[in-house]
Amino acid sequence: MEALILSRWQFAITTVYHFLFVPVTLGLSIFVALLETCYVRTKRPQWKKASRQLVRFFGTLFIINFSMGVVTGIVQEFHFGMNWSEYSRFMGDIFGAPLALEALTAFFLESTFLGIWIFGWDKLSEKAHCICIWIVAFASNLSAFWILVANSFMQHPVGYALNNGRAEMTDFFALVTNHYVLGEYSHTLFSAIATAGFLVLAVSAWKVLHDEVSRQAFTQTLKAGAIYMLIGLFATMGSGHMHAQYLAQANPMKLSSVEALWETADPAPFAIVADIDEENHRNNMELTVPGVFSFMLYNSPTGAVKGINQLQQEYAANYGPGEYRPDVTGLFWSFRMMIGIGALMIFLGLVTLYLTWKKRPLACPLLLKALPWLLPLPYLANSFGWYVAEGGRQPWIVVGLQKTADAVSPNLTGTDVWITMIGFTVLYLLLAIAAFWIAIRFVRKTRIAMEGRDA
Amino acid sequence: MDLNILWFILIVVLFTGFFFLEGFDYGVGGLLPFLSSREEDRGVILRTITPVWDGNEVWMITAGGALFAAFPHVYATMFSAFYLALFLMLVALILRGVAFDLRGRQESLCWRRFWDGAICFGSVVPAFLWGVAVTNLIAGLPINAQMNYMGGFFDLLSLYTIVGGLAFLFVFLFHGAAFLTLRLKDTGLILRCQELAVKIGVAAAIFFVLCMLLTFEHTDLFQSPLAAVALFGAALFFVIALLSMNIGKGKASFILSSLAIVATTVAFFAGLFPRLMVSSLNPAWSLTITNAASTPYTLSVMTVAAGIFVPIVLLYQVWSYYIFRKRVTPKDAEEHY
Repeated sequence: MEALILSRWQFAITTVYHFLFVPVTLGLSIFVALLETCYVRTKRPQWKKASRQLVRFFGTLFIINFSMGVVTGIVQEFHFGMNWSEYSRFMGDIFGAPLALEALTAFFLESTFLGIWIFGWDKLSEKAHCICIWIVAFASNLSAFWILVANSFMQHPVGYALNNGRAEMTDFFALVTNHYVLGEYSHTLFSAIATAGFLVLAVSAWKVLHDEVSRQAFTQTLKAGAIYMLIGLFATMGSGHMHAQYLAQANPMKLSSVEALWETADPAPFAIVADIDEENHRNNMELTVPGVFSFMLYNSPTGAVKGINQLQQEYAANYGPGEYRPDVTGLFWSFRMMIGIGALMIFLGLVTLYLTWKKRPLACPLLLKALPWLLPLPYLANSFGWYVAEGGRQPWIVVGLQKTADAVSPNLTGTDVWITMIGFTVLYLLLAIAAFWIAIRFVRKTRIAMEGRDA
Repeated sequence: MDLNILWFILIVVLFTGFFFLEGFDYGVGGLLPFLSSREEDRGVILRTITPVWDGNEVWMITAGGALFAAFPHVYATMFSAFYLALFLMLVALILRGVAFDLRGRQESLCWRRFWDGAICFGSVVPAFLWGVAVTNLIAGLPINAQMNYMGGFFDLLSLYTIVGGLAFLFVFLFHGAAFLTLRLKDTGLILRCQELAVKIGVAAAIFFVLCMLLTFEHTDLFQSPLAAVALFGAALFFVIALLSMNIGKGKASFILSSLAIVATTVAFFAGLFPRLMVSSLNPAWSLTITNAASTPYTLSVMTVAAGIFVPIVLLYQVWSYYIFRKRVTPKDAEEHY
């Protein structure tokens, strides 16, 4: 029992940590690729040298981030076998395939071409070098696709049959085209673009404010970062909305828990805040807007949404007695934090864009001062988002097929997992400090001057 | 051909690629502190592997992923059985991975020495542990009828598996030194590599022969003619590699040490076949290519994917080595980012 709880904590800690780096890898690789394309194509001599330096500048931030993502990613791959061997036995016929494909089609491509890109500035033509970073960007995002194919099966199993006491793949194509993948992948990709955009914004804001030599160059990336982030944010909103509508059929328990909707309602209201009483399965107090939840799901002010308590009865009838309600309080507030942070990021992006558009980036020094300090925002939003996705899946490890409690490796003792959990946590903490410190020093000391003015 | 056999072979191919490629970059990493104390030299030595180490490591990740996809029970049993050992390996690999990147980003000597140590630790530990792992697979582990490992961490360590680990480690160190003689420009450093390679090679040869004797005593590997031939072949290749190194033939030595690694991998897997993990409690409880495998459907999907992508991967990885084919000079090492 101890091994189970600790294994869950360990997985949570290491995945959340891993996912601090993943979105930046996904989003910043595309940003750097775009920037290098600008560098290759530009005809303006005063911009040529500076844009090359900017590619190397953001490229370096990308690499520091990437190496952290890679090393923490191996832990995740090993984890399924180490801590969740029963899961691996039950699901291996299905789950192993996307994982192997991720390594075969994406990791090889990504790591090989990143090596060439980093060390090949003088060994390749400008164009060939630029193609390398596009391959890296493509491969990173392809790897995200495969792992989300695997994750989507856990959320919403398709293309399988239960035989010989395990889930066996019957339709690979169904696995890949699982509707759940569409929602998860688009949401992940766009939020990664928003995260990378915010990183560019925060770094550029600091440079514009504190580094006069580099001001002109970083004013450009301030604007570019704001646009990039806003594209990501609006697309994230769209994909989130689409996915929520889909969840109404695919996983109603998760959806109703996110909204703390205990009893079936038609039309269903949207709760802005609620005092959730999990023991008695109700809200003691809530502030709601009538009909909005129904509207979000069905694009019409009416339409029934099943409540948690009714779903619990249905699940108990289907799967046998047991607790099928996830952590409603955690889900409810995580979701609201995610949305709130997203809205704040949109506001910050719009203000920055307006100021840079008017060519007055310094008009609001408070904003430039604040942006670097607000860098945790997208990271928090991502983590809250994943809590909704994975916390909302509980008590299942694969919805409807296997419970988390049945998935843990039977040979592990509490002591085993204590050792590794503390070990990973401490190591990760130290590495985060080292990488962050290096990145900050690098940002401070690198100067990028633009010669002459743009006409 | 039977898909299960095909996948067994593919797993062997992936592990062979992994041991061959990571063999030399573990070797280079492990030798780093012992070849030179000059910062300039260390930069050059590292630069021989920094562009390619990550691509090499993906061979291990792919081998793990392929085990999961093709033989999920092996993946489940092996990774949970080696729990603390894998934790140690992960810590080593994490330190090693970030070290390549962080090392060059500070001028301070203390900083760089720290990460040099991390690279050495991060290379030596996995090299040793893989040897322990491979010998454990064939020597047998207490695996019960439900395919679960019944032992603890210290049950993985015996005289045989420790010798196995040391044999892997020293062969990889030799392999790394041979690789360096091909990749460095500075004659003084090359001589130093050769000198060290011969000493390490002697130790490796001793451990290898010891490991063979213990393999004979503790396992049924020699019942497979292919395994027996491959293992003797490996020993022979390695001894000639060592002799070539002694007369300064770096290239021949590297090719032969590569062959030795390939032959060793083939020998152990051929000795295992058709098993992947041996149960010491009851031979019937061993994990085999039939009782541990995925369905024919999954295997056929994966066969198509492997058939398409493995050749492509080989093509561009060879190309990446071609780009960095020139011997490394201090000038190359300077332009880190």
